[in-house]
Amino acid sequence: MRFSFSKMMLWLGLAFLYAPMLILVIYSFNESRLVTVWAGFSTKWYGALLDNQKLLDAVANSLKIAFFSATAAVILGTLAAFVLARFKGFKGSTLLRGMITAPLVMPEVITGLSLLLLFVAMAQLVGWPGSRGMTTIWLAHTTFCTAYVAVVVGSRLTEMDMSVEEAAQDLGATPFKVFFTITLPMIAPALVSGWLLAFTLSLDDLVIASFVSGPGSTTLPMVVFSSVRLGVSPEINALATIIIGIVTSLVFASWYYARRVEKARLRDQRALSQS
Amino acid sequence: MELLKSLRQSWLFRPRSGVIAIPYIWLLLFFLVPFIIVLKISFAETEIAIPPYTDLVTYEDNHLTIDLNLGNYAYLFNDDLYLTAYLSSIRIAFVSTLLCLLIGYPMALAISRAPASTRNVLLLLVILPSWTSFLIRIYAWIGILKPNGYINNFLMSLGIIDEPIIMLHTDFAVYIGIVYAYLPFMILPLYANMMKLDHSLVEASQDLGASPFTTLTRVIVPLTKAGIIAGCMLVFIPAVGEFVIPELLGGPQTLMIGKVLWEEFFNNRDWPVASAVAIVMLALLIIPIMWFDRIQNRQTEEA
Repeated sequence: MRFSFSKMMLWLGLAFLYAPMLILVIYSFNESRLVTVWAGFSTKWYGALLDNQKLLDAVANSLKIAFFSATAAVILGTLAAFVLARFKGFKGSTLLRGMITAPLVMPEVITGLSLLLLFVAMAQLVGWPGSRGMTTIWLAHTTFCTAYVAVVVGSRLTEMDMSVEEAAQDLGATPFKVFFTITLPMIAPALVSGWLLAFTLSLDDLVIASFVSGPGSTTLPMVVFSSVRLGVSPEINALATIIIGIVTSLVFASWYYARRVEKARLRDQRALSQS
Repeated sequence: MELLKSLRQSWLFRPRSGVIAIPYIWLLLFFLVPFIIVLKISFAETEIAIPPYTDLVTYEDNHLTIDLNLGNYAYLFNDDLYLTAYLSSIRIAFVSTLLCLLIGYPMALAISRAPASTRNVLLLLVILPSWTSFLIRIYAWIGILKPNGYINNFLMSLGIIDEPIIMLHTDFAVYIGIVYAYLPFMILPLYANMMKLDHSLVEASQDLGASPFTTLTRVIVPLTKAGIIAGCMLVFIPAVGEFVIPELLGGPQTLMIGKVLWEEFFNNRDWPVASAVAIVMLALLIIPIMWFDRIQNRQTEEA
């Protein structure tokens, strides 16, 4: 094998990305409370997690918010991506495009502060939302996740073969029917990956949620953050290991599934072109 | 009746407009309008009340008074703390972006040159960390860098050093944290751009006798300019306003504007000054954000 600088950088870069996570996982099985000194194998910190009621409540809150945010973001993001890809150049399309791409890079402190001030102003003007909590976090997460979903779905829509949609339209299907029977099934994989992306983004957000949350709506990252601020703790290592484990297995499962679907599709195509 | 009919036929009531309106109104209300409110409150004064700021517009005895208070901005420019925080945020974000580019570019190049079957796995390996918790990935570095952390323990057990090297709570740790967290965001747009590269141009350069280095700097880099800009913006802009990384890995001397804003808001409860800090940050970032918007939209239009 030929030596190449870029290949060496790739392996070094991957080692850089994975070594810290690997250390985290290994030391989650450490007996000692001193996280960085190995003192024998133990799984007691996983048990300690289950006794931490505050943490479990926060996990439940986070999962609820992430589920509803991802679902709403998929609907809004798909609509946004669809109108941008199919109704080209309508009045105000540039602004919509801007509002889709800007949240991708907007510093979180700005988004969080601006949404909080919006909720306060709305409460003054129309009396809603009366207090901040799960609903305001859901609104905030839906908004920034919509941008990510729109980018994922948008790239699928633009690379999609439009002739099928056109054929259905020529055969007399209403635009409504074309969307639900042709477009939607064809972009379904992008909807799934958009939903998963939105779900993990919502689950992971600390800064925006901190601004717009209220009493009783503490999310998982907020609990982790207040603990991490005080230094390393073996329980956080155990929690990290669980998160890394779940994400890794889900990602590889979906990758494996996507590969099988793709292979089947290629096989069908070949069979079709031969017959 | 005529009026009603023409109204119903106008663009407002076409189903198409309805479809456009739903995401449009949502984003206007929850993305654009909030900035106008931040701008408004940056001109207010702090008050001990709920909410903790004064009204700009008051209407009393048939008199409409608009009270614009520029004090918050004057305060920002007179206190060295804010100016230093802005400058050091930009410096830290700029250096981190450069480091991400230097590490990420060869990585993206290696992935794009890998055989098609391994390419997807490699790409997945790069993305995977960003799907796990951001907070926990930053947390991992506390254990590695702290005085009795893995690196210091290891070096001391080998007898290379006698006293721990102070790495945690320094700017060095902040650089590592930003590069570590944002590296995937640099690699992805670079890779996407490299995959679209016309390979015959690279071959032509090689056939004409250019060294691999010349081919890289004169052919490949200029052709992947859009990816480089997109990747750099994707790292630079959020890094300027980063809060978690300087808070967890940086020290008291690490001034970053995202942390200053957080403290103004949560610790000092000074909403108007926090708003002014946000508006100035936005003013600094508006050109990079619009640049990113343009690059991003040009790419979707080309596709």
